[in-house]
Amino acid sequence: MTNEEIKQHITTIQPDAVFDETGEWLNVQIEVNTWKPFAQWLKSGELKMDYLFCLTCIDWSATATGKTLLTMVYHITSTVHRHQVVVKVKLDRNNPEIETVSDIWRTAEFHEREVFELFGVKFLHHPDLRRLILTDDFEGYPLRKDFEDPVNMIKL
Amino acid sequence: MYRETHIIKDGAPAQLIDGDLSEATADGGELVINVGPQHPATHGVLHLVITLQGETIKKVEPHLGYIHRSIEKMCESLSYRQFIYVTSRMDYLSAHINNHACSMCVEKGLQIEVPERAKVIRVIMDELTRIASHELWWGAMAMDLGAFTPFFYAFREREVINDIMEETCGARLTMNYMVPGGVMADLHPNFQKRVKDFIQLFKNKIDEYDDLVTGNIIFQNRTKGIGILSKEDAISYGCTGAVARGSGVQSDIRKLYPYEVYDKVAFDEILETGCDSFARYLVRIKEMRESVKIVEQLIDNIPEGDFQAKTKAVLKLPKGEFYSRVETARGELGVYIVSEGGTTPYRIKFRSPGFSNLSALDHMCRGSKIGDLMATMGTLDLVIPDIDR
Repeated sequence: MTNEEIKQHITTIQPDAVFDETGEWLNVQIEVNTWKPFAQWLKSGELKMDYLFCLTCIDWSATATGKTLLTMVYHITSTVHRHQVVVKVKLDRNNPEIETVSDIWRTAEFHEREVFELFGVKFLHHPDLRRLILTDDFEGYPLRKDFEDPVNMIKL
Repeated sequence: MYRETHIIKDGAPAQLIDGDLSEATADGGELVINVGPQHPATHGVLHLVITLQGETIKKVEPHLGYIHRSIEKMCESLSYRQFIYVTSRMDYLSAHINNHACSMCVEKGLQIEVPERAKVIRVIMDELTRIASHELWWGAMAMDLGAFTPFFYAFREREVINDIMEETCGARLTMNYMVPGGVMADLHPNFQKRVKDFIQLFKNKIDEYDDLVTGNIIFQNRTKGIGILSKEDAISYGCTGAVARGSGVQSDIRKLYPYEVYDKVAFDEILETGCDSFARYLVRIKEMRESVKIVEQLIDNIPEGDFQAKTKAVLKLPKGEFYSRVETARGELGVYIVSEGGTTPYRIKFRSPGFSNLSALDHMCRGSKIGDLMATMGTLDLVIPDIDR
């Protein structure tokens, strides 16, 4: 499907979605409370986006406009139609909470655990939200921009 | 993170096990054992906590982080020329291909046109790396199942590739040969001849591999019907590479989203529909033959010209987001760069193939016997630094 067709489909489901086509793929920005039903529709609706190939988070606190902003980024593709969509969801950095999608795309279970411990994003209704990489007594969220490590050198 | 081995009998305190205790029966209870982090068959520091009932696996829980260096964080303070060297240490068996993905992402951002000669050199190097990586996997996989000889056979041929790499790139494992704009240095004068000699040698050897292991009835009995991963699950778990193709999922980035000169060479995407360990084994063996085909087509047709495009000394990516994907020996590697217009990436994410493939391990092993765990894990071809990053 072309970007125009994808946009039409998405607008009928999510009228307030914001599109951005400056990058390689179509970016869709939606509100955090509409993410879960939207994700379900992406997987089972007309777009058949069955393959989540990248899930990550960006901390914008080092920029002028994003002091309290985290963005979840989901790169999703369809193995049937071979089209890509990048979904972005803005979160409050002081209390980041978002619904899990691990029941929709199973790969999200591990990726969300990684984001949970490295960014401190809480995934609601995740089946097993524990640390995956860091030790249990580790303090702080290493991939956030304000993380300081007194022992190991992490910046040049 | 570390947990000791406990035998759970009926009525034992439930906090010793995270899983559901209601399935524990009166006759045996559940046994929690640790495989790794130091275990010969995990080929790295992977720690699996396995819940057993008798000999049947109830749950496999991977614990990661023993070689986590936070490469993503390190890259945030390295320039666009420097960060590529760190990525050789992720999937060290596909170091060339990691560097390739990063270079391509930077080139995408700066819209650098890579000279034809560099493109062809890159593809040849990638395919030689793929052969070397699959050879190591083949030897290690057979060794996991108790056959020691294949390991030496595989290393014998892999050594030839390492020698070729050493001559041109100056290193045997972490080559750091691909840079934004092309490759770091021109090919060594001996390169073409030595690669051709290797291809000639390897074509006979790969038939030997088939005789030695593929057709072996013990090997087939241990891998057929083991570690079943259906097509739907492979997609849902985000599996790529031979793991996905063994379940019949088209996932070869070289075919789906061709980069460099992959759209100009003739080769097949290997698909098997067995969905088991043997299918994944066959995919990798056949992929080695395809790689040989690609190298054969290109080795005599390396165009003359520059091996590197002219680039500025200090690279500055424009504000925006860039994503590049390549097919490593293990599957799809994605490099996602978020740039704020500076000389270093604002945020960089490596979507590693091993991480997603590992997440399917629990699903594949549940209900099978403990003895089959290694036969399943062997065909996932895990490289732990790639998973931890």
